[in-house]
Amino acid sequence: MQGKGDADLAVLLRAALAGDEKAYARFLERVAALVRAFARRRIVQGGVDAEDVVQDTLLAIHTKRHTWRPETPVEPWLYAIARYKLIDAFRRKGRHIEVDIDGFADAIPAVQSEETISERDLGRVLDTLSPGQRSVVESISVDGRSIGETAQALNMNETAVRVALHRGLKAIAARFGQ
Amino acid sequence: MNTDDLIKSMSADVADREMPMRRAWLLAALAAFGLAATVFFILIGPRADIGAAMQTWRFPFKFVVTLTLAFTAWKAVASLSHPDASRWRALRWLLAAPALIVAAIAVEVLTIPMDQMMPRLVGTNNMLCLVAIPAIGALPLAGFLAVLRHGAPASPGLAGAVAGVFAAAVAATFYAAHCIDDSPLFVALWYSLATLILALVGYAAGRSVARW
Repeated sequence: MQGKGDADLAVLLRAALAGDEKAYARFLERVAALVRAFARRRIVQGGVDAEDVVQDTLLAIHTKRHTWRPETPVEPWLYAIARYKLIDAFRRKGRHIEVDIDGFADAIPAVQSEETISERDLGRVLDTLSPGQRSVVESISVDGRSIGETAQALNMNETAVRVALHRGLKAIAARFGQ
Repeated sequence: MNTDDLIKSMSADVADREMPMRRAWLLAALAAFGLAATVFFILIGPRADIGAAMQTWRFPFKFVVTLTLAFTAWKAVASLSHPDASRWRALRWLLAAPALIVAAIAVEVLTIPMDQMMPRLVGTNNMLCLVAIPAIGALPLAGFLAVLRHGAPASPGLAGAVAGVFAAAVAATFYAAHCIDDSPLFVALWYSLATLILALVGYAAGRSVARW
């Protein structure tokens, strides 16, 4: 039952789990597109930002990527995570909605601008990081620097940058939905 | 920060490696038996006539039931710690241990005199059973909840409850070596109640600690 799209994702994810940064970035970009479409199909009323669900799901995929079983297809795994995070988002907004993976397929997509909304939840969570973690995460994400460039710019060694990035992302993932 | 920025920071963090779930569950199972054994030998220890008891069918059969439950609950909770687990596929093997005990009850009811039923059902150790199994299983349960937190269960409460069943089965394997009530009637009633206690604790704890 494994389609071509899934096989490609599995190749990228396997490479990522072996430490390939470029493959991982491509994997996450494709996942973001899939989850964005998934969330927009299911969010038919306001109150929940599709892009918040995308970011929350990506963070969960990142911190929980060891829960993928390499002998199984990728898509059921990532949609299970997306569904969990979507239900979480609805719950936070105080809406009771049954989310069915096959349902709502033809619902009208919620049209939203990606740039403005994603400032909201993620920006708020960034504010709760320690100053060191925050400057490392921002240097790599917003400024687009590599680990090495960040180490130079912030006058830290690379190991410390990696640790701060790793802890920062874990903290963001843990606090995103609160 | 937009989504592309987030992806940049996550791909830069690619080198970080978490322990694979399979290894985590293997370590948790080994640690659980070690912890349960330690608490068991400190608190109660095996019964004095264990050699003679091994010659009967009822005493060894208790271990068949508890170890079957432990193995099936281990498989079930390990599966449920993955977000894409199928609940039915994970849970169906948990029927094995109850099926064994039902078969043993049938043999017991057919072979013992009627007036022996109630004494065997009530037993002599029932309150100890209800205290000792949760006490021996508490640390294993804490360990399993930690592994669930490391994982990503789609149903944290359910996964926590099965973790409680697993902890109870490990604890019951040791407790059975202490207890002199060997009738399947006793095991079916009191061991199940003790298991229910840990399952409820696991359910409540799982709902809070295994959310992600």
